[in-house]
Amino acid sequence: MAEIKLQDTTPMTALELSTKMKAGEVSVEEVVKKQLEIIKSEDEKYNCYITVWEEAAIARAKEVQKLIDEGKLADSSLAGVPIAIKDNICTKGELTTCASKMLSNFKPPYNAEVIERLEAAGAIIIGKANMDEFAMGSTTETSYYGPTKNPRGVEYVPGGSSGGAAAAVAAREAVIALGSDTGGSVRQPCSFCGVTGIKPTYGTVSRYGLIAYASSLDQIGPIANNVADCASVLEVIAGHDAKDSTSVPTQSYQYTKALVDDVKGKKIGIPRGYIGKGLDEEVKASILAAAKVLEEKGATVEEFDLDIVDLAIPAYYVLASAEASSNLSRYDGVKYGYRTSDFEGLGDLYKKTRSEGFGQEVKRRMMIGAFVLSSGYYDAYYNKALRVKALIKEGFDKAFEKYDVILGPTAPTTALKIGENLSDPLKMYLGDIYTVSVNLAGLPAISLPCGEDSKGMPIGLQLIGKPFKEADIIQVAYSYEQARIK
Amino acid sequence: MKITDETITYVAALAKLELSDDEKDRAKTDLENIISYMDTMNEIDTSNVEPMSHAFPMKNVFREDVVTNGDERDNLLSNAPVKKDGCFIVPKTVE
Repeated sequence: MAEIKLQDTTPMTALELSTKMKAGEVSVEEVVKKQLEIIKSEDEKYNCYITVWEEAAIARAKEVQKLIDEGKLADSSLAGVPIAIKDNICTKGELTTCASKMLSNFKPPYNAEVIERLEAAGAIIIGKANMDEFAMGSTTETSYYGPTKNPRGVEYVPGGSSGGAAAAVAAREAVIALGSDTGGSVRQPCSFCGVTGIKPTYGTVSRYGLIAYASSLDQIGPIANNVADCASVLEVIAGHDAKDSTSVPTQSYQYTKALVDDVKGKKIGIPRGYIGKGLDEEVKASILAAAKVLEEKGATVEEFDLDIVDLAIPAYYVLASAEASSNLSRYDGVKYGYRTSDFEGLGDLYKKTRSEGFGQEVKRRMMIGAFVLSSGYYDAYYNKALRVKALIKEGFDKAFEKYDVILGPTAPTTALKIGENLSDPLKMYLGDIYTVSVNLAGLPAISLPCGEDSKGMPIGLQLIGKPFKEADIIQVAYSYEQARIK
Repeated sequence: MKITDETITYVAALAKLELSDDEKDRAKTDLENIISYMDTMNEIDTSNVEPMSHAFPMKNVFREDVVTNGDERDNLLSNAPVKKDGCFIVPKTVE
């Protein structure tokens, strides 16, 4: 298959690949086998995957080929396209570990809603991607299965927590991927690995079958090599689902209609705090250059104050840890997952199972969560954080009275070296400064590549939109991407 | 915010965790740093702000009480570490 070069410097997009398969220029099985070959040769270096679905993917390729031949997937832009799934998204009968010893033997009895939707669209799951344990971390170093390496430089972290998914797309070990974003876990690894990812508005994509970290903040989002592929994946996975009581029906899920190269008249705001203290100079220059490109294409760009986001990190870590401590209380060694072998009585079973099954960062966050929810501290921390969250939401609401899209960096720096941040949790948390407020306010945001630093590591541009206005950020991102390609 | 040994013992018990002495020491330092950082929220007066759980108004979702799923017992038990006669096995809790 000389014409299908998955490993070219310009990768084949999901849309191009699917078109070729539907036109009969290449078979689904050829594409899937080629994808598996790349994984085989590359993954030793990067450790993007926890599980690779070798046989299942080839069997599925034959089924999808049949559907394509029967003309049943003519409208699907993902027909036959290999996709990596973050390992906190349930896949029926297939290991779903959350990169934790606690779930190292867990085979869910059901599929997540997003998996049902992807399969109906003819996408082919190629494997389950590595991540920070239970999605807690910003580097993919807390995985029970070892760290993922950044394909743009193996001494660097890929970011996290969806580090395996973003690295897989960057390393061509998958064409597209699904991650999950609670405080930046799709956007930040996309920024570090030089790929594109969307965190949808809370309620847009069903969380049914997404193993919970912080339920009021979690959203599943697409990762791809360009904006169009992200929009296509989002179009497939978004939609109301009665099985998720926080799912919000919206008017239109036709995100690919927003792939229009035009930003004339769009009003873009840059919060001064997003380009101020703490931001790496090279990242800053790259972000401002991106803003300039959009201005030259006809958007109006201006800076404004959004000081309340300074308190987003403390509020986020209070709320996320509180929800985590509650959500993770289900791991008790009784219903599923790891169980200690040696215990006396029920209390001992719980304690030993959990102490042996969870890693350091997960334990840390459960203890922070238990602390902020405990009597005497509940008001001072948990309730205080909910009040700060209300102010952050109000700040964004006000900003969106003036602007269509808010622009800034995704992360304050490019990827750090492996091991650099692991010893100091607070330092790692501070790296989430530009992403967490989006989750607290429930907003949609996209991260896309906008340059490289002097070490050759990618820089990510973040565009934040109004609630349920994914179309706005997709259009602006697409327009920027078009200018950048030229 | 000063985190004492008692606090660590207390939150570990709440989280149903058993910590080694090393883990306790480390947790004390980490929690103290992190909780002190969380105290920066006190820089802003929120006395007139209502706590907000969800960014968008959430309503309770009702549906008719109709069974839509089948018998999944064996399927759901398939991950149980120990099971017997269609039940999860737990240590004896009532004497």
